[in-house]
This record gives sequence, C-alpha cells and structure tokens, in this order.
Amino acid sequence: MPARTGLEYLGLVRVQGPLIFVKGIANIGFGEMAEVVTSEGEVRLGRVLSISDDLAVVEVFEGTAGLSGSESKVRFLGRPFEYRVSAEEVLGRIFDGLGRPLDGGPPPIAGQTRDINGLPINPVARVYPQDFIQTGISAIDGLNVLVRGQKLPIFSGSGLPHAQLSAQIVRQTRLLEKEERFAIVFAAMGTKHEEAQFFRNDFEESGSLKNVVMFLNLADDPSIERLITPRIALTVAEHLAFEEDMHVLVILTDMTNYCEALREVATSKGEVPSRKGYPGYLYSDLASIYERAGRIATAKGSITQIAILTMPDDDITHPIPDLTGYITEGQIVLDRGLFQKGIYPPINVLPSLSRLMSDGIGEGRTREDHQNLASQVYALYAQAKRVERLASIIGEEDLTGRDRLFLRFSNEFEGRFIKQGPYENRTIFETLDLGWELGMIFPSRDLTRVKPEEIQKYGKTTLFSQQK
Amino acid sequence: MSKTRKAIINEINGPVIKVRQAYGFSMNEMVVIGEEKLLGEVIELYGDQATIQVYEDTTGLKPGTSVHGQGLPLFTELGPGIVGHVFDGIQRPLSVMYQDSGPFIRRGKAGEALNRDKAWAFKPKTGSGERVSPGQVIGDVEETDRVVHRIMVPPNLSGRLLEIAPEGPYTIEEKIALLEDEKGETQEIKLYQKWPVRRIRPYQKRILPSEPLFTGQRVIDFFFPLAKGGTAAIPGGFGTGKTITQHQLSKWVDADIIVYIGCGERGNEMAGVLMDFPKLLDPRTGRPLIERTIFIANTSDMPVAAREASIYTGITIAEYYRDMGYHVALMADSTSRWAEALREIAGRMEEMPAEEGFPAYLASRLAEFYERAGAVITGGGETGSVSVIGAVSPPGSDFSEPVTQHTKRYVSTFWALDKELASARYFPAINYLDSYSGYVESVALWWKKKADFDWTDLRSQALAILKEDAKLMNIVKLIGEDALPGDQKVIFHGARLIKEDFLQQSAFDSVDTYSPAGKQVLMLRIILRFIERMKETVAAHRIPVYRIMEVPVLEEMERMKYTYKGDDLKPFKDILKRLEEEFDDLLKREA
Repeated sequence: MPARTGLEYLGLVRVQGPLIFVKGIANIGFGEMAEVVTSEGEVRLGRVLSISDDLAVVEVFEGTAGLSGSESKVRFLGRPFEYRVSAEEVLGRIFDGLGRPLDGGPPPIAGQTRDINGLPINPVARVYPQDFIQTGISAIDGLNVLVRGQKLPIFSGSGLPHAQLSAQIVRQTRLLEKEERFAIVFAAMGTKHEEAQFFRNDFEESGSLKNVVMFLNLADDPSIERLITPRIALTVAEHLAFEEDMHVLVILTDMTNYCEALREVATSKGEVPSRKGYPGYLYSDLASIYERAGRIATAKGSITQIAILTMPDDDITHPIPDLTGYITEGQIVLDRGLFQKGIYPPINVLPSLSRLMSDGIGEGRTREDHQNLASQVYALYAQAKRVERLASIIGEEDLTGRDRLFLRFSNEFEGRFIKQGPYENRTIFETLDLGWELGMIFPSRDLTRVKPEEIQKYGKTTLFSQQK
Repeated sequence: MSKTRKAIINEINGPVIKVRQAYGFSMNEMVVIGEEKLLGEVIELYGDQATIQVYEDTTGLKPGTSVHGQGLPLFTELGPGIVGHVFDGIQRPLSVMYQDSGPFIRRGKAGEALNRDKAWAFKPKTGSGERVSPGQVIGDVEETDRVVHRIMVPPNLSGRLLEIAPEGPYTIEEKIALLEDEKGETQEIKLYQKWPVRRIRPYQKRILPSEPLFTGQRVIDFFFPLAKGGTAAIPGGFGTGKTITQHQLSKWVDADIIVYIGCGERGNEMAGVLMDFPKLLDPRTGRPLIERTIFIANTSDMPVAAREASIYTGITIAEYYRDMGYHVALMADSTSRWAEALREIAGRMEEMPAEEGFPAYLASRLAEFYERAGAVITGGGETGSVSVIGAVSPPGSDFSEPVTQHTKRYVSTFWALDKELASARYFPAINYLDSYSGYVESVALWWKKKADFDWTDLRSQALAILKEDAKLMNIVKLIGEDALPGDQKVIFHGARLIKEDFLQQSAFDSVDTYSPAGKQVLMLRIILRFIERMKETVAAHRIPVYRIMEVPVLEEMERMKYTYKGDDLKPFKDILKRLEEEFDDLLKREA
C-alpha cells in the first residue's frame, strides 16, 4: 500500500500489550506511521505514541501476538496515518477498520491523501446547525429534534434495539433528501458480525447502498484498530460534506469499544489513570472525534453524527456516556424498563435531550407551537412519573382524580406517542397533533406551558376531530 | 530582549515535550519550536532540561528539533481592537485566521492578536509636562459605539509626560506619548501594552463588593445574587442548562464588558453564540450585545494546552478593562475542562496524581484564578470590578468530585443545577435548597433603594415556604397530597406557585428572558400575598384549598411573566388589586 520510504530497524527492546519499543532510532516524528514486519514477513500497521532521543513507543493496530523481539523489523514511514479520499471510489464500498477493501474491489487510488486526525474547525467558520431533520420518530421529532450538523448519540444498553433505531433513522431521513446529495458513512468498532450484517441488509433493502460507505472493525478484529476506524470514517465524511457538498450522516457504533481500546493502550503505556482506569485525556480524545460534525461556511454539505454507545451496566454516569454527553449536543437514552414493557423505540425522553432543538424548530421550520408543546409534554410526563411512584406506594385507588389523569397520560404517552412501528414514518405534524391530543387529556387550565391561543388553535381542533 | 537561546527536543509525548541544553530558560517563558514556529511555554526546569507545553498539535515533530526561548512569559496584547472579537486560548484572532487559512485551524499560523493596520481616533486627556502614575488615563479611543477604550500608563511605569500626541488617527504601533520615568529614561507609550497572562494586574486597593450584578434572572437576582466583583460557580451535569445559564448571563448582566470563555466546549455552541450576539440588543442601551463582548473560544477539539491558557488570557483581558474603571463580567464555560487540561498535562509529565488523577496543585490554581475577581480602586482612581462566573461540569453530576469541591472553597455564590429539575424541563434548573449566595447582605441596600420594598424580607419569606415545602414533599411522595391538612396544603400549593410562576423562567421567550428588578419584586409580592390570603381563608373561614385554587386571577398570575415586560408596573399592580377583590368575593360567596 504505501511507498517504502524511511528507515528500517531490526529488533524490539520490549513488547508490552499492544505496544512495542524500538531503540536506536533517529529522525522519527511524533505520531508517525510505522510498519512492523514479523519474522514471517507479515506486515502490521502502527503509530508512534511517544518518542525520545533514541526510543520510540509504537502502538500496533493489529496486535503484537506472534511478534518476535529479535527478528521483527520496524519501518517508519515519515508521515502520519493518511487516507485517500474520493467520493467515487468509496461510496457503495466496504472496507476494514484500517480502510482496506473487504469487498474485493481495489483500494482508493485517485483523490488526495488526508491525515486521518483531521484539523480542528475554526469556531468562527462554523455555521450554526438549524435545519430540522424529520426522522419520522415522534420521540425524536417531537421532543428531541435532530438537526443537520448535530452530533446526537444514542445511549443504549446491551440487548436494546439501538441498531434498529439507528437503521430506522437512516431509512426515514433518507426519504427527505431525494433532491439533495446525501451519503451515509458507517463505522463499526468491535461490532458483532450480525449487527454489521443487519445494517448492510437494511441499507440494501432501502436502496441506499450505493450512497453508503462502511468501515468495519468487527468484534473479533484487533481491538487497537478501533482507534483508527472512526478517524478514517470521519476523514471520508469531511471530504464528502465539505468538498463534495453532500449531507452526510455518520453512524459510529459502538463508542464503548473504542474507549476500551484507548484504555488498553493507556494502561500498557503505564499512564496515570483517571476514572475507572480510563486515561485523563479521554475527554479530549473523544472530542477529537465528536467535534468532527457540523457545517462550515465554505461548503453546502453537513456532517450529522449518530454515535451509538452501550452504557456498561446501563449506568449513565459511567465515564464513557458521561464524557460523551458533555461533548455531544444532547443524547437519546434507551431504557430497559420501556423495552421490557414492549415499547419500541424504548426512548426514555426524560434524560434524553437535544441541545440544538430550540433553534431548529418553530414557525417556518416545524410549527409555531412546537417549543411550548414539547415543554408541556415533558412537564406532564415528569409529573406522571412521580404519580406512578406514588401509586406504587399507596395504590391507584387512593389517588386523586387529577392524579389518575396523569396515570392515563403516562400510559397513552408511552403506548401511543413513544411507541411506533419500525417502519412507521410519522410526519412532524402527525407527531405534534398526537402530542396535543394527549395533552388535552387535562383541562386546559393545567396546561401552563402553552399559550391560550395555542390551545385554541391546536388543542381544540384535535378534540373536535376526535369527536367526529 | 536578550539574544534568543536555543534548546534541543529530546522527548515528545503529545502536547508535552522535553528539551535539553535549555540554558537560561525561565519558568513560563514562551518558546518557538522548529521551522513551523509552534508556540509553547516552559512549565518545568531541571538542570539543563526543560519541559514545555505546546499550544499546537505536535504530530510529526522530531527529537533534535530546535526550540527558541523568547525571553518573555506568555502575554496578552491589550489595546483597542479586543471588544467584539473572537480569540483562541492564546489570543490568536480566529476571524483573521479564518480569512487567511480557511475553515480549519492549521498550526503555526499565528496571527497577531491586534490589528496593526487599523487607525483609531485618539483623544488626549492630559497635557505634556504632567506627572502621571501607573494606570492613569492619558487619552481615549472609541473602541465600539458603546465602549470608550481608555489609554492608560502601563502598570509598571510612572514619571513626567514629555510629549503627548494631538487628537487624530493612530495605529497601535505608533507612539502616542513619551514619558520620562523615575530613572530619567525616556519611555514610549503606544495604544497597546503587553501583560503576562499568569500575573494579576495591579490596582490601588480592593474594596468590598456592594452592588449586585443584576442578571434579570429571577432565581439568581432574588434568591442567590452575585455582586459586582464577586465570584460564582454553576456546577451541573450535562443537560442541566449550564451553558444556557451562562449564555443568559452574558446576554443580560448589567456589566460594561463581558468576557466569554468557551473553554473546551462544543464548536456548534460557540457558533450559536457568535450568530446570536450581533443580533441581540442590550435591554439597557439598545445597542447590539456584541459591542461589549469579548470571546475566547478554545473548543474541545482545539489543542489542550491552549485550553489551559484560555482562562488566564480571558481574565487578563477582564482585568485590563477593569483598570479603565469598567465593571467586567467573565464567564468561563467550563472550568472542569480547564482542570482536565491541567490533569492531562500533569499526566504526560508523569507527576504524582492526587484525587482522581488531578495534580495536587489543582486547588491552588483554582484559588489563584478566582482570586483575580474583585472590586477595586484602579491605578487611575476609579472603581472597577471583575466578576467571575465559572461553570463546573462534575462527572456523573456528582458534586463530591475534586473540581466542584475545590471550587466551592473559593467562590461565594453557588448555583447548583439539578438533574431532576432539568429532566422535567424546569429551567433554570437551579436547586433552591442546595444553592447559596454570600452577597445577600451586601446587596440588600441596593434593592431597598431600587425597588422601594424590603427585598430581604420577601426573599426570606419565599425561601421559608420553599424549605417547608421540601419537607412536605417527602410526605407527599409517600402518602399523596390529599392526606395533608389544610395549612400544609397551603404551603404545598403556595410553593408550587413560587416555583412555577416565579422561579421558572424561559430563556427562549422574548418577554420572560429578562425580568427587570421592579417586575421581580411585584411578581413575588403578588404570589406571597396570594399565599397569605390563602392561609387566612383556610384557617379562619374553613374554605378548602381546592376552592381557592379556582379563583380566576391565578390564570393571570401564571401568565404574567410572559405577558408584561415590566417597564410599566401597572399591570402587576392591577393583578394585586384583582387578587384582593377576588378573595373578598370568595369570602362573601362562601359565607
């Protein structure tokens, strides 16, 4: 693949976990790529992690198993990890976690090479994301709006249907983009074979495969490779969005596996750990991935990121979801309790949030009543959850009439608003009208977050149509 | 300065590099690395070796590369051309960088902080021959339509003015005055000066903060006020509204200058601020808010060492405007990201960690930062202040973590954001039980003068009801509201009125987003009066609470915050009158 430039060194002074230590080096740069040649002649890729006068520490993406201390050779390539980007050569293709073709096709040869680490976007050059994306899912469109250029992760747990949900988002948002150029960049990190296959089939069925590029590091692929996969994917996404003016949806799954690979390298290197053994720079490292989303003033395209992560033990305070939530513009939280009740998508809207919602909705974008209605529904549902707790203590019979309304609201909200079919695609107006219908379970004087005019205009009409 | 000294890199570990032959390097000295001229700062010295934190990406850097000492500590350029502009953590002008090198930040592309070509209209305010002291104002420049930039004698200089330039346009590199210092040497004064970021700028003396930093946010102004020159922290997990609160404050506080530091935060959020501010108008002057705001933006994907420097750059600029006799409010979002940058660099230096991997000097660094806030008499004899509001992002919303705990030791006002309130979309999600303010007594007098009503009294009445309600909530959770006796129901419903009709405030509603002082006082008076009448009605006339909660004025009370701006207080007085009438009616009917 790369040109054979640079110097070659024989022998490793130390091999520790995914790291090798090479002595006697000269003229090697920090972050440079290396090729490690085993005694059998197999070539593995690596990257310089730290460097001093004559010692380089190199992480080997494909692992160090089988490396001989005395007979391995290391070649330094004199450049950082780069990837060739060209829309024609990557769309519709499948690559491995290091960007090598898995579909029998040739590796990308035209196009320019890019450092996969990317460059920070000048905040002044960013365009604030405000374009509403209709996902057709009420819990998202109504209450946690996704906008173009946003990074909105899905916080999931093992066994929860995050794959189905993100596939549904891809399927349904795609429909709206007919007029414009769109692409889906899919990066799998330590994902199960069946999950990757599920996505592939789904892209195929919905006819979007020719607009998809997949980078697959599967569960049985080398773990350190996962540090590279999202960066290659985002480098390709940046090219498509900022040079080819496409609207790109990037799916990263599963960020938990990525973070574990990072921890593995950090502990092997003997770094000072912070929480749960993760390195102190986990925040900065995650930011270097998540911040590669958005829009810039010099291009028409956009990068919207949906990162999926499974919360270890469903714990939202675990460092991975915690730091992710601090970087991303909100989160969609899946809930085991709802899942067990048979509700799909099991989105718990209370801890879910979209930070870019307020500017992406309202008159001219969705509808004038959207903000207030969403706030009202949130308040009612939060109160309904409190009433449910109370009911579980004192029993439903002892509740006041008003409290019983809350129970009814909670049931209908979860059973009709949240719950929908994996192929059910609701328009934003259907979602909002449904929200009004549920809100009007209460007398209008209890709806303090919406304006009386809004009740007049939207609340009453729904009731009326219901009566008919 | 002295001729540049050269050292050689012998180790690279992310943003931290080690050099040898560092003869004559000093602590915190600025260095320039290699041909790309990357910027760095000396953070450790031992023998002929030095450790340097690099403000830019170090990928590709090689051992053996030379590093040049600059003989100066990391400094800011202070002069006209700061207000309304956006800088990164080491004061590189981001708009200029965008024009010069495109939408991505490439390394080694340092532009000068202040525009060298722009001419400013200078008006002298002293005559030649006069004796001047450090910090004394010698002339003015109109920096924006609303900020007059005072040109001051630099802090370490005093003497006799030999010459001062006549009124006219000058660039910042042109000399505008000549001064003979105490040693008899001649010194040039320009429109700008340099100051090291890690050193506090001198002043004559500190004074106690006594005036509130009015924010238009009811829960803050009324319950947990901040004073001009005071310190406050806003801790809260993600999604609790830290950033929105910071944005609200930077929009509405009655300071002359706002310094907003986006420290390790989201790029899109910064883009939102940069889009909003030129459009928003200051409620007091009617001028665009951008004309009094300075942005430091070091988003989370920008280099981590520059993030560490960003809060110092910000506070140095804040102090500089304070020295002109302005009230400056500084928002840092988020100090946790700054602390993490500190941790990351300490980790790379292989320092022994204290709590949760943070270095042992975390507390003293936080103290140094917050102590740079204060109200002072400036060198020029005026009153100025720097108020500091730091957001804290505790991991997992756990306030017992080191950054929150150490911050608590050094700030006087604490606005605790609450996850549960936030998930019910109850904003601002400031928990009224866990929050506190050390300035309640010092600002009481201001309220008395301003609003002609006993603010302290209203405040403590409302807080007492909220505290009692919190106790009742525990019971209600177990047995339901219906089981409460009448007088407790009054507290329960009354507290709900305070929470929903007063404390809750929408940042997105054009009327509710800012509440003037008079509106705040009347709103709370109305609610407290309602509770009072409810109490007597229940106690003396045995009318059940649910009957009272049907009086029509309640609906008006619910909507008053959205309906009336508060420039005119008559509608509120009308509500008060209606309230009394409706209670009287109720009593008549029920009797």
